[in-house]
Amino acid sequence: MAYPYVSDREVRILSKHFGDPAARTLEGALANGRYEALKKALEMDRGAVIEEVKTSGLRGRGGAGFPTGVKWSFMPKDSGKPHYLCCNADESEPGTFKDREIIRWDPHQLIEGCLIASYAIGAEHCYIYCRGEFFEASSILAKAVEDAYQAGYVGKDILGSGVNVDITVHIGAGAYICGEETGLMNSLEGRRGQPRVKPPFPAAAGLFGMPTTVNNVETLAAVPHIVEHGGEWYRQWGTEKSPGTKLFCVSGHVNRPGNYELPLGFPLKDLIHDVCGGIRDGNALKAVIPGGSSVPILSAEESEECALCYEGVIAAGSMLGCASVIVMDETTDMVKQVRRMAYFYQHESCGQCTPCREGSAWVTKILRRIEDGRGKEEDLETLVEVTTQMTGTTICVLSDSVAAPVQSSIEKFRDEYLALIRRGERVGAA
Amino acid sequence: MVTLTIDGQEVTVPRGTTLLKAAESVGTKVPHYCYHDGLSSPAMCRLCLVEVEGAPKLQPSCVTQAQDGQVVHTGSPNAEAMRRGVLEFYLVNHPLDCPICDQSGECKLQDFVHAEGREHGRSREPKRVFGRDDFGGDVLFYGDRCVMCTRCVRFMNEVEQDPRLTVVERGNRSVIDTFFERGLDGTNWSGNIVDICPVGALVSKDFLYKQRAWDLDHTPSICPSCSQGCNIDLHTRDNLVQRLKPRTNLEVNAHWMCDHGRHNYEFMNRGDRIEAPLVKEGDRHTEVGWKEALSTMLDRAREVGGTVRAVASPFSCNEDLAALKAVVEALGGGEIVYRLARAEEEIPLKGMPTLARRRDLAPNGTGADALGLERVGDDDGTGGLETVSSHDGVVLVLGDALQDQAADFAGGASLFVYLGTHASEAVQGGDFILPVTTFAEQEGTFTNRVGRVQRFWPGLQAPGAARPAWLVLGAVASELTEAEPANTAAEAFSRWVASNEPFAGLDYASLGTRGASMNEPVSAAGD
Repeated sequence: MAYPYVSDREVRILSKHFGDPAARTLEGALANGRYEALKKALEMDRGAVIEEVKTSGLRGRGGAGFPTGVKWSFMPKDSGKPHYLCCNADESEPGTFKDREIIRWDPHQLIEGCLIASYAIGAEHCYIYCRGEFFEASSILAKAVEDAYQAGYVGKDILGSGVNVDITVHIGAGAYICGEETGLMNSLEGRRGQPRVKPPFPAAAGLFGMPTTVNNVETLAAVPHIVEHGGEWYRQWGTEKSPGTKLFCVSGHVNRPGNYELPLGFPLKDLIHDVCGGIRDGNALKAVIPGGSSVPILSAEESEECALCYEGVIAAGSMLGCASVIVMDETTDMVKQVRRMAYFYQHESCGQCTPCREGSAWVTKILRRIEDGRGKEEDLETLVEVTTQMTGTTICVLSDSVAAPVQSSIEKFRDEYLALIRRGERVGAA
Repeated sequence: MVTLTIDGQEVTVPRGTTLLKAAESVGTKVPHYCYHDGLSSPAMCRLCLVEVEGAPKLQPSCVTQAQDGQVVHTGSPNAEAMRRGVLEFYLVNHPLDCPICDQSGECKLQDFVHAEGREHGRSREPKRVFGRDDFGGDVLFYGDRCVMCTRCVRFMNEVEQDPRLTVVERGNRSVIDTFFERGLDGTNWSGNIVDICPVGALVSKDFLYKQRAWDLDHTPSICPSCSQGCNIDLHTRDNLVQRLKPRTNLEVNAHWMCDHGRHNYEFMNRGDRIEAPLVKEGDRHTEVGWKEALSTMLDRAREVGGTVRAVASPFSCNEDLAALKAVVEALGGGEIVYRLARAEEEIPLKGMPTLARRRDLAPNGTGADALGLERVGDDDGTGGLETVSSHDGVVLVLGDALQDQAADFAGGASLFVYLGTHASEAVQGGDFILPVTTFAEQEGTFTNRVGRVQRFWPGLQAPGAARPAWLVLGAVASELTEAEPANTAAEAFSRWVASNEPFAGLDYASLGTRGASMNEPVSAAGD
């Protein structure tokens, strides 16, 4: 098994064929049983497909963790309007690289998921919005979609069922904010990639003003398995509130970073020390970001008891997000780390809401000043207050994402800030 | 209708009303930048956040619709704290160059920060700098002052529907810009973006560094540049009109006015005015007092008799025209003509079908028509006065400066009386040259192209002995008919109304600043 690293504690459902180039081709995919679930779904009632997904308890893998079946059921039944499915493949959260791998290794799994979801919500057109930097992944996906069209899995009258679903692969221009579902829709429509005010929610007025569902790549990739084996089957893994398996993108100071598919509820401690082979160079763990750069940082102590499920990470004081685990050892300069994350957000802020536009840049400037040794102790209080003013006051949650790492790092690593401010001491500076 | 509670006050508003408007109806003004009554609501400035009981977050009041039983607190500690925070964010990059900023004194950032902001901002970081950009037309852009409300972009997209502006870049590098070198040149309504800019980011080149906003007096008036009758304010200082601004009237011009009207004000400030009544003695004119001028004129008029031919002006108000008509009738009757320049085509405002810069380039052609005056001359507002010029009876001219006429105009008239503001060559033959005021110096009403009667007020002091024409002509008519003269504009108005059936029932006071339509609106077709 060559795929960068694997572990015997994994439950490989979505990632079963990672590392196998043959799985990319239509022939390979068919040999792996792809499109069997589609056949089954097309024989089911639309409502029954939604019910099956509801039964599975599948939650959105993009970060918010909203139950997918419930989201689908928000789509109007007899609107008389065209419905759309958007597959969010604008995977840009720092630390996240799971969707890219699904697309690269098993694109037909995603296409099948898109087709089943489109059928369930009554959409005849699905847009897969790929991150602009996904050069390799998007070309693999485009090829796979073309093959699937040729084979009659996509397009008009799929497999003689009378169901039509077109799939368009759209490549973004490289903006983090276009991964926000309404920003994604604006971008698809050719507008400025800025999130929209909700309400109206996408299920009422989304892409081109029509009822729309936006789902993450990993969510849609899980759907064929649920349809094929049933919702109850999916529940054999995970916890009551977080059923199933999840891809964990582990990066940072571990010996074996990579994608690992684990049942939800898996202990974070085991992920780091067992699955990933522990901290590099035998160093001590300092902090973990469990769900991508937008969530609060966990200290080493907090990570000890943390279970990697939606409710478990909340209990530990953070959020599961998209399960992008960034591990930091004792040599990490937290101030620099947080400043770099703030810089990312100020660079990616779309600029429409004042608190985010001005606040993210202001926070970055303060952090830069502290990092350069020109900080003052009152800056910490200012940072906390400014980020508080940025929380819950904007259209989307990018602004809140700046606040999470800043506030949690000041709370948990205040001494490190103070050592830098008072004595110019930095971690890892030697 | 829905009933909700705002700041402890119960209010019933139509379904679909936003919280911002509902709060306004109970007298609470929620601060806002991106929201504007005439534009879409992007809810992006985040300044109008209010607390709605039961909602997990503060709600932008500009897009949140009022619902039955809602309890809203515009001034809750949380809402105020967050709005104070938003204002602090604006000041992170906004330069405090108020002393040299044209917007100072009418700046919404100044107003809101004074009202709700922190006493001291906490930002110590260097501000970002964009510098100044000439957007073309009359518009200058100071990027550093911009609060990124995008009102200007939305005006050009939604109202003028000529997308010339956009936001480039993102985050706090966002800046308003034009498309390449295209700019705003050639647009006809872009002056409005200066009005709706809440800060000094967009300023008028014409007004640049000219006056401080707080020194200006504002006088409600009507734009005299075409027959649309846009409601405007005269902004005056030192007895000069410094600029014109549109005044909101949803039934006429909403919040807008065209650039042609906006910049056509210098004539109100013209200095070479007739300042005293002049009586011709031999081949010279002598200045005399009003009493002497009018009594001499009346004596002459009674003496010469004969038919009357008169020239009026569509720039004169209804009251002036009615008074002229009364004098003509008192002298035995005769025809009154007027001339009106006509543009080649209308300049529409795409986003508001009822608003355009109209072809008739005067404010009161409709009022003249309603009084039975006859339009003569060509589309340049010249010619057509041959029968008047060669008339051998009494010739009366009101307001029309006769620029195109020769010095022997009305040379054969038994009596030639000119009431006007400026004396052209053709006027020199006048037996009496009487100074009257412009619309900017007197009270009165204009009737716009669809028969809406709208009041204007004096914003300037009249030069010398100039008096409103309705007062001068009213005095003459009362001498001739032994009726009581009109002593106020309101009395002049009621006489005009009484003599014109279509306007019956209009009341001067209740016209207010928004006007009212005459009983039977004249057809706007064929304009």
